[in-house]
Amino acid sequence: MSLNRNIQDLRKRKIEVQKGGGDKAIEKQAAMGKLTARERILAILDGNSFHEYDMFVEHLARDFNMEKKVLHGDGVITGTGTIHGSPVCVYAQDFTVAGGSLGLMHARKITKIMDHSLKMRVPLIGINDSGGARIQEGVNSLAGYGEIFFRNTLASGVIPQLSVILGPCAGGAVYSPALTDFVFVVENISKMFITGPSVIKTVLGEEISMEELGGARVHCETTGNAHFYAKSEQECFDQIKKLIELIPRNNTEKAKKAAPEEPLKEYNIEKIVPDNPKLPYDIKNVIRSITDGSDFFEVMEYYAPNIVIGFGRLNGDTCGFVANQPKVLAGVLDCDSSDKAARFIRYCDSFNIPIITLEDMPGYLPGVDQEHMGVIRHGAKILYAYSEATVPKITVIIRKAYGGGYIAMNSRHLRADFVFAWPTAEIAVMGPEGAANIVFRKEIQEAADPDAMRKQKIEEYKQKFANPFVAAAQGYIDEVIEPDETRSMLLHALSVSENKSVAMPRKKHGIPPF
Amino acid sequence: MENTDEKDYGEYPTLSISSGLYKTELTKSFRERKMWEIPNPKIIKSVIPGTILDVFVRPGQEVKKGEMLLILEAMKMQNQITMPFDGKIKKVNVKPDEVVKKKYVMIEIQ
Repeated sequence: MSLNRNIQDLRKRKIEVQKGGGDKAIEKQAAMGKLTARERILAILDGNSFHEYDMFVEHLARDFNMEKKVLHGDGVITGTGTIHGSPVCVYAQDFTVAGGSLGLMHARKITKIMDHSLKMRVPLIGINDSGGARIQEGVNSLAGYGEIFFRNTLASGVIPQLSVILGPCAGGAVYSPALTDFVFVVENISKMFITGPSVIKTVLGEEISMEELGGARVHCETTGNAHFYAKSEQECFDQIKKLIELIPRNNTEKAKKAAPEEPLKEYNIEKIVPDNPKLPYDIKNVIRSITDGSDFFEVMEYYAPNIVIGFGRLNGDTCGFVANQPKVLAGVLDCDSSDKAARFIRYCDSFNIPIITLEDMPGYLPGVDQEHMGVIRHGAKILYAYSEATVPKITVIIRKAYGGGYIAMNSRHLRADFVFAWPTAEIAVMGPEGAANIVFRKEIQEAADPDAMRKQKIEEYKQKFANPFVAAAQGYIDEVIEPDETRSMLLHALSVSENKSVAMPRKKHGIPPF
Repeated sequence: MENTDEKDYGEYPTLSISSGLYKTELTKSFRERKMWEIPNPKIIKSVIPGTILDVFVRPGQEVKKGEMLLILEAMKMQNQITMPFDGKIKKVNVKPDEVVKKKYVMIEIQ
């Protein structure tokens, strides 16, 4: 039976390839606290759903004695599978095979699965665990990176692209994750940097550990390169599955509807917000008082926490939330928070996710450092992103909406579809103290008791302008609502905008300030 | 969930924005923000970390505008640091082969 012999041979070959870099290398991987590439793929995908492609690909390196080396799968596993029943394409670099280094055929396998995911219009998940370019393959490995970056860019805004950093991702390799929509990192495992600590030390004399330079925490808190932080690989996989469930498969579809749920009773919207606009509260509790099951899946939790972004469901439909956080820096807009919000708004707009904006902020953060860091151009990103977005755009003004920040936070003037305000809303060109100091400067200076006069004028200004009715009188606000009507008004707005259609002027693409 | 009616806000720092005083948490990047300093042209600092290759002046020396003070090698480039205006050298804080960090005060002018 020669067929049987062939089948036996195939099985043997498969088992051989599945060993990756061999027992010793797998032990080493485990000693670093890391799963293998195959274990990772199987942990992310639904059981028995993984189909591997290009298992028998071999590397082409012929220099430096490389021709004698066998590198199973050329150090990367690619294929398709499902998450919660939805198809995805996936690749995982295998650190046990030549350190997951990227050579020409390794890159070809990745670009092939990328082309496949773009053609099939399904999400792409890339697991990065690689020592970098395979030096022995020279310029071919650089070519490989370039071809990956190009495809990341083509696929951007068409299919969701998720990057999972589960090991080193250094040098040029970092730019693939940077071009994708969401980057996941795990404490003590993820390392991302352009130049490592040893080069920095020899060239510049600065000493720093890998973790301090480009560890998970750094990229979540300081650089803003990563979007999701996990303490373990398993937690990271749960985040990936949750995100895939919340977002649509591609830019022509809407997110899958879930069973509608009411918010939990413990989130009482009227108890969360102090009426004194100078006092802080956690805006996430307001979001949870609105969303189905009080569930809010936050994105970039640790970066620029003065603005909060993330996904929640309303009546089963996924919405993107953008909300000022009065608990941190009074919820001001600054360089980093503008950048963070703007990219998220563009994500939602690309993938047909309605945007709900909760506003409570005293304006842009003053300071020389902010001005010199370019708060003008960074701040402009948020204006650009809101103006350009054509998905349903709904704003709820909770308390302060002052100055430039009022315009930026999805105001009527940027073509918001619905603007609601709580009776505590203060829509004004600036806060009462600042405005009174300018408008009544003369009266205050010339008064017998300037302090008493200032107080009186601030009070006058508050009475007259620190409310939602001046803006409502102009039609800039559609309705002043009671706080506990917020969810029902949002549901109403979403159902009215179900078939929203707006025409944009024809162009190749805009020139946003980045 | 905490009830805001009974909350004590005393523990929050205060942030002033357009004369309004807000009770709020501060971020690490806000606390560690760089304070603006008026630039002093009489102090020559390294703009990049690197190694001093050569120093051509000593304290007390009169130097004309444009004359070379020292060579700072960084990122494989030999950067020639020159005198910004006519003057007298007050202090030289570096010597050849010394590795300097960014913003290190290399030379002070009287």
